[in-house]
This record gives sequence, structure tokens and C-alpha cells, in this order.
Amino acid sequence: MIDLKNLTVTYQDKPAISNVSLTIREKAITGIIGPNGAGKSTLIKGMMDLVKKDSGVTTVDGKPLNNVRKNIAYVEQRNTIDLTFPIKVKETVLLGTFPKLGLFHRPKEKEKLKVTESLKQVKMEEFGDRQIGELSGGQLQRVFIARALAQEADIIFLDEPFVGIDMNSEKVIIDLLKKLRDEGKTIVVVHHDLSKVTTYFDDLIILNQELISYGPISKSFTTANIKAAYGDSMGDLTIKGVND
Amino acid sequence: MIANFIEGLTKYQFLQNALFTSIVIGIVSGVIGCFIILRGMSLMGDAISHAVLPGVAVSYIVGVNYFIGATVFGVFAAMVIGLVTQHSKLKSDTAIGIVFSSFFAGGIILISFAKSSTDLYHILFGNVLAVTQSDMIITVIIAIIVILFVIVFYKELLVSSFDPVMSQAYGLKTQVIHYALMFLLTLVAVSALQTVGTILVVAMLITPAATAYLLSNRLSVMILIASTIGVISSVIGLFLSYSYNLASGAAIVLTTTVFFLVAFLFSPKQNLLIKRRKAIK
Repeated sequence: MIDLKNLTVTYQDKPAISNVSLTIREKAITGIIGPNGAGKSTLIKGMMDLVKKDSGVTTVDGKPLNNVRKNIAYVEQRNTIDLTFPIKVKETVLLGTFPKLGLFHRPKEKEKLKVTESLKQVKMEEFGDRQIGELSGGQLQRVFIARALAQEADIIFLDEPFVGIDMNSEKVIIDLLKKLRDEGKTIVVVHHDLSKVTTYFDDLIILNQELISYGPISKSFTTANIKAAYGDSMGDLTIKGVND
Repeated sequence: MIANFIEGLTKYQFLQNALFTSIVIGIVSGVIGCFIILRGMSLMGDAISHAVLPGVAVSYIVGVNYFIGATVFGVFAAMVIGLVTQHSKLKSDTAIGIVFSSFFAGGIILISFAKSSTDLYHILFGNVLAVTQSDMIITVIIAIIVILFVIVFYKELLVSSFDPVMSQAYGLKTQVIHYALMFLLTLVAVSALQTVGTILVVAMLITPAATAYLLSNRLSVMILIASTIGVISSVIGLFLSYSYNLASGAAIVLTTTVFFLVAFLFSPKQNLLIKRRKAIK
């Protein structure tokens, strides 16, 4: 259970997130949607204390964030990664084992096995020796998911994991996320494609600087809420077929 | 010619010192240089190596080993740059530009109070043939510190260079790593003053590392290649300097440039020739 209280983030005098409080369920996939500039990425970065914030406290199962950081995996937007860095797929996934290894411990057989296992789960085991720049967007995304798997974290944050990837990769990833959820993980996904919302997520956060709505899909994903976040035209377009 | 160089080596202590020091500096600057270029801090390397100048001057005035003053000023400059970047809307390259040129200018003025202009020349352009026994020992100690640091914290250096956000997310103290690296960078820059001088230190840090970057797709391999190029360039450069009476720093730096050009043209990662051929087709 992730508990966020009063998160407010300001970028150069412009509010990005105003006073958001929410509690994210465990064993669920929670989506975060909202128009461009709504502060979706900022919300998860704020939750993990990765941006300068005006206020806001995150606790996980009642514990302060800094005590549980190693147990949180963060899959960033792919475009923030330096693809020319001299690192291979295997090593990239191996990075996932570093948080729990701690200082002064080197990865050994156990960690390498974990890498192989994680790559298998995202169907990338044949690509272990490729340099990361040689992969397609979808393959790369799967590698970063594998890295999160190797971390064996109970909480996984993903920022726009489905942007610019092939359908096969998207399916591999969503199936895996659902499997992880069933195993008891807490998964939070920043997402922009409204059409997939009902099939991908259990809970939905709709955001536009302020929290518009939050709850199970059936309660949160309504025309009224989408209109409140995106303006009038979008609401009707996207919500057809969903409960009002 | 080579025989002449070897004969010189057996005869002159100063030439032995010069060769040994250059080799050690070739190794460490290759190691630290890899992290500098992967973290996009090439300009920072340039800045620190210039910013140590006032430290050297102050050391002369006070009468202590110039390593001490130079290191203090190098670290101080790194901190000032960090401060200016964090507390203004300026981008970091601008902050770096302002800080290091100010330090350098201050250094030039202070040097004129401290000693004659010959010394300034040696600090700016290096004078490896004047390396003393104590300089050599300090250089070796610095090399050991740097290499140990990289071995012990390899994991943390790798992850924070490749993915600083992930590192922060799992609680790694990336700021501490940054300043530790800045400290080591300063140490390396100061020791490389002797071989190539303040102005060219940045070349020793960046050129071998950049060459290695084009030739490898693993960090550990990149570090090995960069150090090897650093060593070979130091030896060849010193040889050319001794044989043709050239400035040692410039000769070493130009040798690294030759390696870079070869890698630039032929590296599989760069693919310049292959791309061109394809373009012509």
C-alpha cells in the first residue's frame, strides 16, 4: 500500500501537481492518465521523491519512503536513456540486482541466474549480448522491464511503457504485469492511450494537476471525469461503451 | 633513434622519472576519463584542470607542495560550479565557463606574484623532464587511490553513470558519487600538470576515453582500452619529445589524437567508412 499525502510540485512558479493525496492498493495495476502536461510523470516522480517538491510525504505500508526504496523498481521513459552507453543487454538487466546487493558486494552466480531468468520472462533471452542501442523500442522496453524483474521489487512504477513499441512487445509486457499483479505486486503505470484503459488497469487515477478522480475503473473511468480532465470533446469520443 | 632513447633512459634518472610518471598518468587519466565522458562532463574536466592554477600559485607563495593547493582549488571550483548551477537558471556549461575562467585568470595574476614566468610556462604546458622523486611518489599514490576507488565502487559508478534516475530511485547517493569523482578528477588533473600542463590535461582525460568509447560496448573494456591508449601515447609522445626536442605535453596529446582519428575512421561503432560507402552506392 502506497500512501501519498498532499503532494504539490511547482516548476518555475508554475504548478505541476497541486495537493494530491491518494492511497494506491497493492495487488493491483493502477493507471495514471490525463492530458499532456497534466503532471502524470511528475506525480510518480513526486511519489518517489525524485523531484523537488513543495510538500508531500510518501509512506509504504506505514514506513517512510527512504526505508523501502530498494523495494521500488522504476521503469523510466525510454527517451531518457543514453543508448550509446557501452553496456550490453545482460549488464543492463544486472543493474536491477544492485539495489539489494548494496555497497561492496559484487554480483555473483545468483544474480547472473536472475538476469537470465528475467530476460526469459520478457522473451529477450537471445539478445543478452547485444549492445542496448541495437534494439528496437519494444525490445528495449522489455529489457527495462526485465531489469525491474531482476530487482525483485514489490512495487513497480512504469512511465509510459507502451509508447512507441510494437504490438508483440506490448502484449508481452501487459501479460507479464498482470502476472506480477496476481503474484501480489503493486504496479503503477503512467499511460496516455484511453482506449486500453479498461483492459489494462484495475484502478485508475485521472489527473490534471489536481486529482480529478481515483478508484476502480468502473467508478473512475466515466464520461464526466474524462471531460473534467480533457475538456468536452474528448470525453464523448473515448468513453463510448463504458459505464456512465 | 629508438636506441638513442633507450640509451638516454639507462643514463638519465630524469628521463626514467619522466617515462614512469607519464605511464602512470596515462593509466589513471584513461580510467577517470571514461567516467568523465560517459557522464557528459568533458567541460567539467577542462574546467577543473584550469581552475587548479591559483592553487598552484598559492602553494608556491606559502611554500607547500603544489599538489595541496591545486587539489583544494580544484575541489573548490567543482563546488562553486555545482552551487551556481543549482541556484540559478543558467545551464551548467555556462556556469562552468564563468567559474573556470575566473579561477584561471586569478591564477595567472597570483603566479606573477609567486615566481618567474618560466614557471607559468611549465604549469601551462607541462614539463615532464623536470619531474622530481616526490612528484613521482605522489602521482603513484594518486593512481592507486583512483584505481582502488573505481574497483571498489565500480557497480555504483556504472549504474549512476548509465542511469542516474534509477540510482536515485533506489536510494544511491548520487551527489556523493559526483563529488567523489570530482575530487579524483582534480587529483588526476593535478598530477597530469607535470606531463601535459593545465591547458592540455583535458586532452589526456577525454581523447583516450573517447577513442575507447568508439571501440567498445562494455564499460570495463572501455576503461582498459582508454588506459592502454593513455600509456602508449605517453611513451610515444615522450620518445618524440626527447628525440626531436618537442614540447612533451603537446607530443603526448597529438599521439592520442592520432589514435582517436584511426578509431574515428575505422571503428565498427562509428561506421564512418561503411556509412560513406553506402551513401555513395
